Amino acid sequence: MSRLFTWEGFLFACLVAIFTFNAIAAPDFLTISNQINLFQLSIEKITLALVMTFVIINAEIDLSVGSMMGLSACTFGYLYQMGVPAPLVILICLTIGVAGGLFNGWFIARLGLPSLVVTLATLIGFRGLARVMLEDRGIGSFPDWFTALGQKGLIGPVPFALIAFILLFLLLYILLERSGFGRKTYVIGSNRDVADFAGIDTARHKLIIFTMSGLAAAFAGLLYAARVGAVRGDVASGFELDVITIVLLGGVSIFGGKGSLIGTLLSILIVLNLRNGMALLSITGHIQTGVIGLLLIASVVIPRIKLPSLKPEAAA
Amino acid sequence: MGLISRLSPAALRILALLAVLAIVILFFASQIEGYLNGRLFNRISSSVAIMALIATGQTLVILTRNIDLSVGSVVGFSAFATGSIITNNPELNPLLLLLYSALVGTAFGMVNGTLVAYARVPSIIVTLATMALFRSFLVEYSDAKSITTSGLPAWLTDFPNLPVFSIGAMEFRAGFTASLVVVIIVHLCLTQLRPARALFAVGSNPEAADMAGIDAKRVVFAAFALSGLMAGLAGFMFLARFGTITVVAGLGFELKSVASSVVGGVNIFGGSGSVIGAFLGAILVDLLETSLVRWAVVSEFWREAVLGALILLAVATDTVLSRRLARLRAKKGDSK
Repeated sequence: MSRLFTWEGFLFACLVAIFTFNAIAAPDFLTISNQINLFQLSIEKITLALVMTFVIINAEIDLSVGSMMGLSACTFGYLYQMGVPAPLVILICLTIGVAGGLFNGWFIARLGLPSLVVTLATLIGFRGLARVMLEDRGIGSFPDWFTALGQKGLIGPVPFALIAFILLFLLLYILLERSGFGRKTYVIGSNRDVADFAGIDTARHKLIIFTMSGLAAAFAGLLYAARVGAVRGDVASGFELDVITIVLLGGVSIFGGKGSLIGTLLSILIVLNLRNGMALLSITGHIQTGVIGLLLIASVVIPRIKLPSLKPEAAA
Repeated sequence: MGLISRLSPAALRILALLAVLAIVILFFASQIEGYLNGRLFNRISSSVAIMALIATGQTLVILTRNIDLSVGSVVGFSAFATGSIITNNPELNPLLLLLYSALVGTAFGMVNGTLVAYARVPSIIVTLATMALFRSFLVEYSDAKSITTSGLPAWLTDFPNLPVFSIGAMEFRAGFTASLVVVIIVHLCLTQLRPARALFAVGSNPEAADMAGIDAKRVVFAAFALSGLMAGLAGFMFLARFGTITVVAGLGFELKSVASSVVGGVNIFGGSGSVIGAFLGAILVDLLETSLVRWAVVSEFWREAVLGALILLAVATDTVLSRRLARLRAKKGDSK
């Protein structure tokens, strides 16, 4: 019974309500193609949300993910057009992701600068590098196997990106909930000084997390290039805020130390279903984002109002 | 060394910023022919006129250990709402119109302030949400229409370019002068008025501020209301300068204003910084953007990459130097 009052239980109830409403209101909602399409349209954002969960539980933030996505996608387009074979380009893009993540991580973990400022700077800087490469051109006509990977089903109707998302979720779930690395992520997030005294190399841990985030963003950029089949300098701009919204809605504390990947997953499903339902009812993008914003505030305010009467021990 | 240790860290920061500004100007003057002229000043001053107001509001919020990501949406809404009122009532008194845009901004700021100060929701969450929410209000309100210059009275579109006074070839236009006056007033309040000092107290140590009898909630609420007010006024300036307003007006201003404040030496963890610094930060950011476009050696597309590097450099230098300075002072204190 008490499990129902956890944040995850509440999110699950919301999800069921939205899902049922969509299924009744829009007859096309329950078709397999719409269900896959629902994931496909935001596959990059939800992939990033998984790693962002680690970053925020660690009491940091990474605003540069959207720009790193853009940088990776643009690098792919630029080098491929110059005649470099695609598999090699993919490797280069992922390396850029690792390098960018290390760059962020070095300033944050070793120099001790606030991640909000460092990643704000690289949000602008990475985007700048992407624009330097492509200027105001758009690049398309990628190899067929590459765009097929992004657009067509790999196993039956399920595309590569969705399979990658599911595998990544399982991998990260084990890493966060069942490994020492995950426990350290929580400890450092709730109190870095204590973690330091306990002998944890907190700087190294943060460096690894930011590198993971950079790598995931570069990967997401490639997914975008494959799915859309063309890239431009402004690919994925503004994605960072959507990704952070998903993670926070999933119950991850902005102060670190609290949250779970299950929460993030439920939040992903809620946001996707909500957006899909609203799109089927022809509500525009800006309004959809507004509704999700409202939900985000409600997600913090409502538990504060209810918890004292429902769960007396929550005060501790 | 004697002089440096006698100056306050705040004054040092301003001096360092001025030095960096001078170096940047000298560098580009040596690179670009006919760079140093009145037009450069006019171009930068008319765009800084808008950002200076937003960065001032952002600084007030950052001083209290918070952040306001909704300013871009507030600027957009205020610009649109003001434009739509004056289009429908062309005879409206200019002061009433200005008051209207200020009220619109303040109302949005108070929504943020209430949620952050009284409902105790972290500001990054509140303003991330209201950024989207206020933007969707704008979409609803605009009803897929846009404001066009042809519907605006001449006094409004002429106002930002009205010359007030000039020093040599530098012409101080009304828009920039008005912003400059606002920045100076806020600076004087922040340094001289007791209630305004509470912003620093709350930002540097909330518990101590509480024990000193400061109502921290009210202070945070006021900071957000003022940030909304500044964004509302910036919306007025935006309308006057550009004339054409669509639903994407002010998009991205939130991060640019944070960047201006941070480059200007405002500590992102609250408690220290000045609006003069943020103002100089806004000028530096704009100066670089404008100059890189005209610099033939690199493509104009380098400007964002350079800007990102600049922010990082500014903050890294600031942190490293202030740590050194603090250690140096501690040592001096020991030897006495």
